[in-house]
Amino acid sequence: MRLQTGPFVFRINSPLPKVAESLHLLYDAFPLAEPDAFADFHVRIRISSGLRRVLRPQSIFDLDGIEPFKPLPGKQAFALLEWGMNWCIYSHAHQFLIIHGAVLEKHGRAILLPAPSGSGKSTLCAALMCRGWRLLSDELILIDPETAEIHSLCRPVSLKNRSIDVMRAFAPDALITAPIPDTSKGTVAHMRPSATSFAGIQDHALPWRVVFPRYREHSATQISPLSRADTFMRLVDNAFNYTLLGTLGFRTLARVIDRVQGLDAEYSALDDIIARLDALVAAEVAR
Amino acid sequence: MSLPACLLIETLLAPERAPVLTMAEWETLIGQARASQLLIRLATLLREQSLLQDIPPAPRRHLESSLRLHQRQLQAVRWEVEHLMLAFRQAEIPLVLLKGAAYAVAELPPGRCRMFSDFDVLVRRDQLERIETILMMHGWSSADQNEYDQRYYRTWMHELPPMRHILRQSVIDVHHNLIPDTARLRPDPERLLAASVPCAHRPEVRVLCGKDMILHSAVHLFHDGEFDHALRDLFDIRDLVAHFITDEDRWRALIARAEELKLSQPLHYALRYLQRTLRVNIPHAVHTVLRRNEPGKLGVGVQDSVFGRGLLPKHGSCDDRLSGLARTALYIRGHALRMPPRLLLPHLLRKALMRSNLLADPAAPRRQEPLAGAATSTAGRPRRP
Repeated sequence: MRLQTGPFVFRINSPLPKVAESLHLLYDAFPLAEPDAFADFHVRIRISSGLRRVLRPQSIFDLDGIEPFKPLPGKQAFALLEWGMNWCIYSHAHQFLIIHGAVLEKHGRAILLPAPSGSGKSTLCAALMCRGWRLLSDELILIDPETAEIHSLCRPVSLKNRSIDVMRAFAPDALITAPIPDTSKGTVAHMRPSATSFAGIQDHALPWRVVFPRYREHSATQISPLSRADTFMRLVDNAFNYTLLGTLGFRTLARVIDRVQGLDAEYSALDDIIARLDALVAAEVAR
Repeated sequence: MSLPACLLIETLLAPERAPVLTMAEWETLIGQARASQLLIRLATLLREQSLLQDIPPAPRRHLESSLRLHQRQLQAVRWEVEHLMLAFRQAEIPLVLLKGAAYAVAELPPGRCRMFSDFDVLVRRDQLERIETILMMHGWSSADQNEYDQRYYRTWMHELPPMRHILRQSVIDVHHNLIPDTARLRPDPERLLAASVPCAHRPEVRVLCGKDMILHSAVHLFHDGEFDHALRDLFDIRDLVAHFITDEDRWRALIARAEELKLSQPLHYALRYLQRTLRVNIPHAVHTVLRRNEPGKLGVGVQDSVFGRGLLPKHGSCDDRLSGLARTALYIRGHALRMPPRLLLPHLLRKALMRSNLLADPAAPRRQEPLAGAATSTAGRPRRP
């Protein structure tokens, strides 16, 4: 299968029915690439052969025969595929400055949510998407060095542990895959991008705010501005290939900093922080 | 049975063909190049011949991306070598780089188009202890090894267990010879060190002389373990031979040096497959001298079939019925060359069990957890791919 996800074409090969099922559920609105289009990555997900298949089945990911990860238990095949596809992008696509984080857009303004795992970034990202923000990406922020625009990947949002139930309650209509327990990140499930997000996959967006989310139980929503230098350095901390790009990385990030305001956001109630961000963007549009 | 054709080798030997390839061919080509770590060579070659702008944008992005990665590594290497220099200066031991690091710092042709993951250095055996201690003081340690690996390295190998820097993550392999003590070949490291030469732009850093570099590369390819970067290494040897062996006198000197170091057999293999796989012209007289290293006629046939397949990219498009068998044969051969059977069998059994996850092995696979420690690439070197 040749799948077009934003700027990349993946040729995905897997004999596993579970993987096919999840792909169908999450990606069925994606365009299939033209058969003669160039596929950037030939990836495969399969179950190990031989004795292990019987004793302890393992799923193996490979790109052109290169296996970058240790095998995972057989049941985690789809999660491994998603991680593997991310790896393909962040370790090869140096035409972009790539930052670990989510990015969403409303009224032509993009909010970047750079954050390490466990900060509640994906939960907030999924919730914003369910309330009308367009998802560009949940894991990888792709910044074009030429234009400082962010390109959309529009891949499924990966939800972990408690956030799976939180999102089920928050958006009962959203499509979420069956949870995969006991991965290195706990239980993982994937949420399908919204129709709006699919529809806008070709539209790049300019960065407008950089929000560093921090979930803290029972806290009141608190949004405080950050200095430009702090915002810059925190983006560097979350970047995959900032040093690799050298001067180009610095220049690209400097262009981003010129456009954005950095914000620290502590929250516990999703509806509340979404209302605050909606108000921010509405005020900006009204100006 | 003839060998499968290989688009990558054809394109690297005649890059002017590249602009007319179809998209399907580009996918195969990029895949083969990735699998054999030759993407940077392909990109460098196309750039050197001003062909890069004629390549369709989709594959070109991958080529340009690999050039960025390489550019960054060259910069990081220079920085890391300065750190190494501090440690070696303190130990009062000359820093002699081998392989990838040597090509990069001495600015030799293979260095312009290749990545490497570990810094290989050569010291005298009686200097091992001191340099290990001083490297530890400078932040390198061999912490992520289990006891079996530690003992295996220290008892049988020609190098210390790999040492990783706690902050910059760079890895150093400290060698006291080119091949394990248990191997049949025994080059004399003192002679290699004595003939080492300063780098033109960084005279305090030394590398092996040209002839020894070729011989080391040949030993490494044909007598040292697995065959996984075989094609890349063969291209390196081609570059080195073209750079250093420019006339008949130098050919004679190379052969003499091989005899002196008892490395005629690896040299014979290297030149044979330069000619067969990469169609390099080797003077007839050279072959005549080296031919006594050949097995019988039948042996040569099997040897060509096995090495020939092992040298092709490990990619589905280059495989035929015999490829799997050839790779298994090379894997066993690689180990058999390193140690006698009484060591080899238990070792291979242990490795096989570990790979089946039937034996606990906390450290051996250097592969990463998916997305573990995802960002923070502020370390001095690009993440291991």
